[in-house]
Amino acid sequence: MMYYSRIKLLSVAAVCLLGALLCVPNFVRKPALNIPWPQIHLGLDLRGGSYLLLQVDLDSLTHDRLQSLSENMRQALISANLGYRNISIDQKAASLSFQPRDPSEKDRDVKVVEDLPRLVPNEFAVTSRDDGTIVLALSPDATRARAHDAVSQAIEIVRRRIDATGAVDPQITRQGEDRIVVELPGISDPERIKALLGTTARMTFRLVDEVPPGTAVAPPGDTILPLADHPDQTLAVRDHIDVDGADLTNAGATTDEQTGGWAVSFSLNSIGTRAFGDVTQANVGRRFAIVLDNKVIEAPVIRSAITGGNGIITGNFDAHQATDLGLLLRAGALPVPLSVVEERSIGPSLGADSIRAGAMSLAVGFGLVIVFMALFYGLFGWYANVALFANLVLMLAILSLFGATLTLPGMAGMLLTLGMAVDANILIIERIREELKRGRTPLAAMQAGFERATSTVLDSNATAFLAHVMLFVFGTGPVRGFALTITIGIATTLFSTLFLSRMLMVRWYALTRPSTLPV
Amino acid sequence: MFGRPLLRFVRNDTHINFMRGRFVGLATSAVLSLASLILFFHPGLTLGLDFRGGIVVEAKTSGPADFGKIRSALATHNLKAEGVQAFGGPDDVLIRLDADETTNTNAVVDEVRHAVAEAQPGATIVRADAVGASVSAELLRNGLLALGISLLMILAYIWFRFEWEFALSAVITLVLDLTKTVGFLVLTHIEFDLVMVAAILTILGYSTNDKVVVYDRVRENLRRYRTMPLRELLDLSINETLNRTLGTSCTVFLAALPLAIFGGASLSGFAWVMLFGIVVGTSSSIFIAAPLLLLMGEKRLRKDTRPAVQQEV
Repeated sequence: MMYYSRIKLLSVAAVCLLGALLCVPNFVRKPALNIPWPQIHLGLDLRGGSYLLLQVDLDSLTHDRLQSLSENMRQALISANLGYRNISIDQKAASLSFQPRDPSEKDRDVKVVEDLPRLVPNEFAVTSRDDGTIVLALSPDATRARAHDAVSQAIEIVRRRIDATGAVDPQITRQGEDRIVVELPGISDPERIKALLGTTARMTFRLVDEVPPGTAVAPPGDTILPLADHPDQTLAVRDHIDVDGADLTNAGATTDEQTGGWAVSFSLNSIGTRAFGDVTQANVGRRFAIVLDNKVIEAPVIRSAITGGNGIITGNFDAHQATDLGLLLRAGALPVPLSVVEERSIGPSLGADSIRAGAMSLAVGFGLVIVFMALFYGLFGWYANVALFANLVLMLAILSLFGATLTLPGMAGMLLTLGMAVDANILIIERIREELKRGRTPLAAMQAGFERATSTVLDSNATAFLAHVMLFVFGTGPVRGFALTITIGIATTLFSTLFLSRMLMVRWYALTRPSTLPV
Repeated sequence: MFGRPLLRFVRNDTHINFMRGRFVGLATSAVLSLASLILFFHPGLTLGLDFRGGIVVEAKTSGPADFGKIRSALATHNLKAEGVQAFGGPDDVLIRLDADETTNTNAVVDEVRHAVAEAQPGATIVRADAVGASVSAELLRNGLLALGISLLMILAYIWFRFEWEFALSAVITLVLDLTKTVGFLVLTHIEFDLVMVAAILTILGYSTNDKVVVYDRVRENLRRYRTMPLRELLDLSINETLNRTLGTSCTVFLAALPLAIFGGASLSGFAWVMLFGIVVGTSSSIFIAAPLLLLMGEKRLRKDTRPAVQQEV
C-alpha cells in the first residue's frame, strides 16, 4: 500500500502527460502536417447557430402507400374484368377494403389483389371477411421497415438541400424513430432553411381534364387541385402521373425569354424525356399541369411534342423563389413531409457572452476550491490541488478525444465535478487524521486512511454516476452535454485521487520519513 | 499553508448530540416539505419553455427599445404576445408567446422576427426558441422519468451495498430534499425546465453521496462497537464525519457560487438551485437521514447478533 513500483509511477505519470498532450490541439492552431487533431467542439449555445428538430410525418407514408395500392387495385380489377364497390381506406388500421360486385367473384378478386406487386416481400396480406368484404392490410413490420428507409432517405435529401445553401459544418442526425435533428452552426436566422425543409418538393406532370369552373367533385380518376398563385381557383388534374420529378437530372433558376420574369429550367433523364415526348405528342392542344406538392404551378397548353427533355417552368416567381425551387428540384423530393417542431436559435453575441461567463465561473470556482483546500488541509491539500488540476486536464483530454461538444451546462458540469472531486481527498485526509488520533504511527495511519477511504469513495461516486447516466439517457441537447461531462468527470476523479494524489502523498512520505503528519 | 492546515471546522473530539434534536429536525423538515407541496399545487411551478411549449424571442435593439411599437407590430401580425418585457439593459427585449396543440410555433417564430424587424429596424435577434406542444409534453415526460428512475436506482444501489433500512431512509430523505427544492423553485419563480431537471439530479447525486459517507461510517461503527446503542452510535458517526461533510459541501458550494454570480441568465437559476440543494442535502444527511435510520433500525440493526454487514472492502 505504501510502496509504488516504478512501472506504476511511470504509468500514472504517462497518463497525465498523455492527457496534457491531448489538450494541446484545443489551444494551438492545427499545423499544416497531416496528423490527427482532436478538438472539443463548441455547442450551438456557445458558438451561435440554430437547432431544428424535424418531425417526420410517417402517417402520410402509410396513407400514400394505401392510396397508390388502391389505384393499382382498381386498375387490376378492371383489367381482370371484375367489379367492385365501396373501396375505402382505413388509415388507423393501415388497411384497404372493398366489396366484390358479386359474391361469386370473391375468390378471383382475392387472387387479383394477392397478385398486386409488393414493394417488399410480405408487404401486405389479403383476407376476406364473412360479410364478403375483402381486406388488404399492410404488415406492421413492412411499414416499419419502409418508415425507417424513408427517414434515412429524408436525411439524405435534407443534407443535400442544406449543403446547397452553403451552410458550414451542418450536423444532421436521426433521433428516435421519426425525428431528425439539424444543427446549423453560425446560422441564427434559419427561416430560409426551415422553408426549404418544410417543402416536400414532389413535382409531377399530369394532364388536365377540362371541367366547368367551380366543379367541387372530381371526375373518377381525377383530383381537384388549387393553383399555387390563386388558391381560390382549381383545376381537375388526372391522378395518373405522366412524368415524375424523380426523373429530373438538373434544375436551376433562369429568366423567361418571352416575359423577362424569373423561371426555373429543368432537364429530364432518358426515361423522363421519352415519357415527356410521348405524352406531349399524343395530347397536343390539351393542358399539361405542373404540380408541386398538390398545388398547380402552371398548366400550359401543349402546342407541339416536346422531345428534347428540357423545359422551363414559368410561375410567378421572384429571384428567391426561382433559386429555391431550382435547389429543391435538384436535391430531390422528400419521401415524407417534415415539419419543424422545435427551434432554438442563438445569435453569435449571446454565444460569446456565454463562453466568457462560463470561463470566468470556471476560473473563479477553481481558484476558490484551491484556496479552500490549502487553508483547511495544508500540504495534503496541495497534493489534492495537483490532482484537481490533473483532473481538469484529463477531463478536457477525454472530451477532445471523443470530439465531444461542450455546452454551457457542460461547463457548469465541469465546475461541479471539480467541486466534488476534492471530496475523495478530503475523505482520505480526514481518515488519516482520525487514525493518527487513535494512536497509530504516521505510516499506519496513512495506510489505514487510504484503505478505508477507498470503499467510501467508490460507493459515493457510484450513486452520482447512476444519476447522471440516467440524465444522459433521457436528456436532450445541452443537458446531455452536462451529464456527459459529469460522467467523464467521475471517472477522471477516481483516477486522479485514487492514483495520483495518493501516489504524491506516498512519495512525499518515502522521501521525508516524517515523525508527524501535517494534518 | 504548505504544512499544517490553518483552519478547521470542528475539533476532532467534538461531540454534538445530534440525535437529541431528531424530532425537531424531522418535524421542521416535514413542515417545510408540506409547505412546498402546497406551493407546488398553488401557485405551482413556473414551467420553462421546454415543458410549456411556446415561443421566446430575445432581441437587442440598436437604441433604447420602444415597447409600444413592438407590441403594435406584433398585433398587426396577428400575434398575441404573452409578454413583451425588458430584461438586462434598456436595449434588451424579451417577447414570449404561448402555444397550444394547434399553434404552428415554427411559423410564429418567423412572424415574430419580422415584426421585430419592422418595429425596430437594426435590431438583432439574440435568441429565438420555439417548442411545439407535442415536444414539450415529451420533454416533460422524459425529465420526470429520469428523476424517477434515478431515485429507484439509488434505492437499489444502497440496498445492495448496505441494508434496506439505509436505502429506505436515504430515499425518503431524498424525496424530502426534492420537495423542498420544488418549493424553492416556486418561491423564486425560477423556471422549471430541462436544465433544472439536470440541477435536481445533480443535487440528488450529491445528497446521496453525502448520505453514503455517513452510512458508511455507521456500518463500520456497527461492527466496531458491538454493544453501543444505535442512538449513540449514530451521533458518534455523524461527529466523526462532520469535518468531511462540512469540507465537501464547502468545496461544492464554492464551485457553484461563481456560476450563480457570473453565469448569466441561462446558468444563474441553475446555480442558485444547486446552492440551495447543497445546503439542504448536507443538513438532511445529519438531521433527517440519520434520525430516520434510528427510527427504522433501532430494534433491528442492534438486536441482530449477526454482523450487520457481511464484509468490508
